Amino acid sequence: MSGLAGTGALVRLALRTDRVRSVVWILALAAQAVSQASGIFAQYPTQADLERLERVVGTVGTNPAIVALTGPVFEPGTYGGLTAWQVMTFQTALIGLMSILLVVRHTRAEEEAGRADLLHAGAVGRYALPASALVYVLLVNAVLAALTVLGFVAYGLPLAGSVATALGCGLGGIAFGAVAVLAAQLTDHARTATGIAGALLGLAFLLRAIGDSAANAAGGAWLSWLTWASPIGWAEQLRPYAGERWWTLALPLALALGLLVAAGALIGRRDVGAGVLSQQPGEAAAPPWLRSPLALAWRLQRGGLLGWTLALAVTGASFGGIAKDMEAFARGDPKISETFAQFTGSTGSVVDLYLAAIFGWIGAVVAIYAVQATLRLRSEETGNRAEPVLAGAVSRIRWAGSHVLFAFAGSVAVLAAAGLAAGLAHGLRTGDLATDLPRVLAAALAQVPAVWLIAAVALALFGLAPRATVPVAWGVLAVAVFISTFGGLLNLGQAVLDLSPFTHLPKLPGADAQAAPFAWLLAVGAVLTATGLAGFRRRDLSPAS
Amino acid sequence: MTTTAAADAAISVSGLVKTFGRTRALDGLDLTVRTGEVHGFLGPNGAGKTTTIRVLLGLLRADSGRAELLGGDPWRDAVALHRRLAYVPGEVSLWPALSGGEVIDLLGRLRGGLDPRRRAELLERFELDPRKKGRTYSKGNRQKVALVAALASDVELLVLDEPTSGLDPLMETVFQECISEERRAGRTVLLSSHILAEAEKLCDRVSIIRAGRIVESGSLADLRHLTRTSIQADLLRPPEGLEGLEGVHDLEVQGTRVRCQVDTSRLDATLRLLTDHGIRSLVSQPPTLEELFLRHYEARDAVAPASADGQAARSDTGR
Repeated sequence: MSGLAGTGALVRLALRTDRVRSVVWILALAAQAVSQASGIFAQYPTQADLERLERVVGTVGTNPAIVALTGPVFEPGTYGGLTAWQVMTFQTALIGLMSILLVVRHTRAEEEAGRADLLHAGAVGRYALPASALVYVLLVNAVLAALTVLGFVAYGLPLAGSVATALGCGLGGIAFGAVAVLAAQLTDHARTATGIAGALLGLAFLLRAIGDSAANAAGGAWLSWLTWASPIGWAEQLRPYAGERWWTLALPLALALGLLVAAGALIGRRDVGAGVLSQQPGEAAAPPWLRSPLALAWRLQRGGLLGWTLALAVTGASFGGIAKDMEAFARGDPKISETFAQFTGSTGSVVDLYLAAIFGWIGAVVAIYAVQATLRLRSEETGNRAEPVLAGAVSRIRWAGSHVLFAFAGSVAVLAAAGLAAGLAHGLRTGDLATDLPRVLAAALAQVPAVWLIAAVALALFGLAPRATVPVAWGVLAVAVFISTFGGLLNLGQAVLDLSPFTHLPKLPGADAQAAPFAWLLAVGAVLTATGLAGFRRRDLSPAS
Repeated sequence: MTTTAAADAAISVSGLVKTFGRTRALDGLDLTVRTGEVHGFLGPNGAGKTTTIRVLLGLLRADSGRAELLGGDPWRDAVALHRRLAYVPGEVSLWPALSGGEVIDLLGRLRGGLDPRRRAELLERFELDPRKKGRTYSKGNRQKVALVAALASDVELLVLDEPTSGLDPLMETVFQECISEERRAGRTVLLSSHILAEAEKLCDRVSIIRAGRIVESGSLADLRHLTRTSIQADLLRPPEGLEGLEGVHDLEVQGTRVRCQVDTSRLDATLRLLTDHGIRSLVSQPPTLEELFLRHYEARDAVAPASADGQAARSDTGR
């Protein structure tokens, strides 16, 4: 087929350009899956432990609110069954996210950047670009699946269930890769394509969440079919380690094939660089408020902020909604409190410990937003879009400050949304909204100084070491989150723990809120911010590199 | 506006040095742009045109040398100076989600506002659709967005870095009309280009940059004076004494037909000698900027000190 000519070369090109990116994705997602198994083995080492856990899961595992997040548990009595319960929904969603990002990066983003024209001018078929992106994502998924199976089997889990887990998640993810191939044909803008496919991924998670909860809620069984409307639902219904239903693997394959046929038909009808959906024209003139660097930062980043705010509000509501169930969990298994206490390094009621753990995690996620918003400075600079602004009557400080202000204020907004949603969900279940909402909101906002400090590190790098900014800023965030998440469990020692801003925060709600750590974190963040701005004011603006 | 002794120089640069790692992008550059003139800044890619402009805009900090723009320091007084100038970069990048019209307004407002009537008129003349999103514009159209934003601003100085590299010939003509209007309005224009025909049409004076230095600077008439006029003549008698004549190069004589290149400063003596042999027909072609340009770039030897008196150019003894 001449339409596929050049696919092999393009796959090699993708492997070459993504040699670091693909390895990071594979290692991170394999570690995420295997760490679920290792966690269960570590905390429930004996058969007696396992039986105790089975009793707890037997009650909590049918709780609609919990099932909405994790899916139903099909085999609570074995390590394999529990691992699959912990892994399937989140891992399928994460692999779906990875597949979407990689596919769009190698299809629509290439067209938008104009590089696809260069490729198509060579002996490259019309379908070669999406085909190569798909083959590349298949390869990444195959390696990831193999590593996952190896990891599970190394822990002594049965081979069949391990293969089922890896295949179920992987094929579900690939179905979303095919969704991305189709989305990339619809619009001429890579971010929009990612947005469309990502929204469908979110919808798939939501559909199966409703379906699974309904199946466990009184009178909701009639909605349980929604699980079957979602590729993520198909993955959990494969039931790894619980009498695998292999035929469900045909569902994501069939969906992927159908989507690819549709995408192929669309490719035949459109020009390279164009989308199937017609481009909405913009405004002929700028609105009156678009007259300052801050207004421009708002115009450029408001969409991202809205998405993050909504996502974190949903996340906060989901986790806040099940906080009260931790009491039942702890009654069934006192060790749960101990685990949370060890994880957070704090003491208090199990509900407070749970919320503290959740907000520690949410703080790390919001730090991703803060770093991304701060790094907008760098992408504007290397994309040659800072130059025309700074060639206007705009000082370096005013331009950089506007994006930084946006990153700082945006993180507060996102954390507040998570805290408000969690507080509302939790307060409505306890019936004591007046007490719980402010407590939970305060716990969310307590993350602000640590998040700001991470953003300030990114800004300091931008000012002082522009070329290293992007990798080092993400590296610093990864190390900080790793230390605060695993530092206590790995007994890393106080000197190492102190390196992460997150470990300094009081474990709210529940712990004493001392002012000192907040003041210190804010002071260090302020110094780094000032350093970054001063550095940027003195340095050359780099051209496109 | 401050009117000082430097008021007749909109841009005045001397001994400017800028290095990037080991590369010496600017190597003692001198440049003077007089107020009210259209000044061509000529040189091939990589010669240092964009680096010079970025220093003048305060985007880069010079290692040494002196630069003055509209009477101020381009680095220290950047914000105040940028209110009085407009800039069109060589590689125009737009925000993908903003329409062309939004970018024009934004860039205009960031330097203190633009004239709505002029904006509408320019949109029409450049045939630019302001409703399209940044990511859907071609290179030429992105350039038009930046040009409209710059030309619709009421500023004293326009800094244009290869502004026509993506425009089609029709739009180039529109651009040339606009620049002529700007000159009549008394604005100063620094126009970097590697298109010599454009500079010949538009510029009062040009500076030629090579490897980070100005090798030639002056009015086109001055520069022509430094170069050779090509002569083709058919004479009544075979010429005598032409070989030995100072300033005559690449001489070809076939019977009564003569072809040669003559140093423009020696044109008078050469023509007198030719007339003595009786002229049947004479074709004389003035040097193009192109030839001037090529002479500097084809010279293999090290760059001699640059100045308008043309010592460097004259030391070249032909091919």
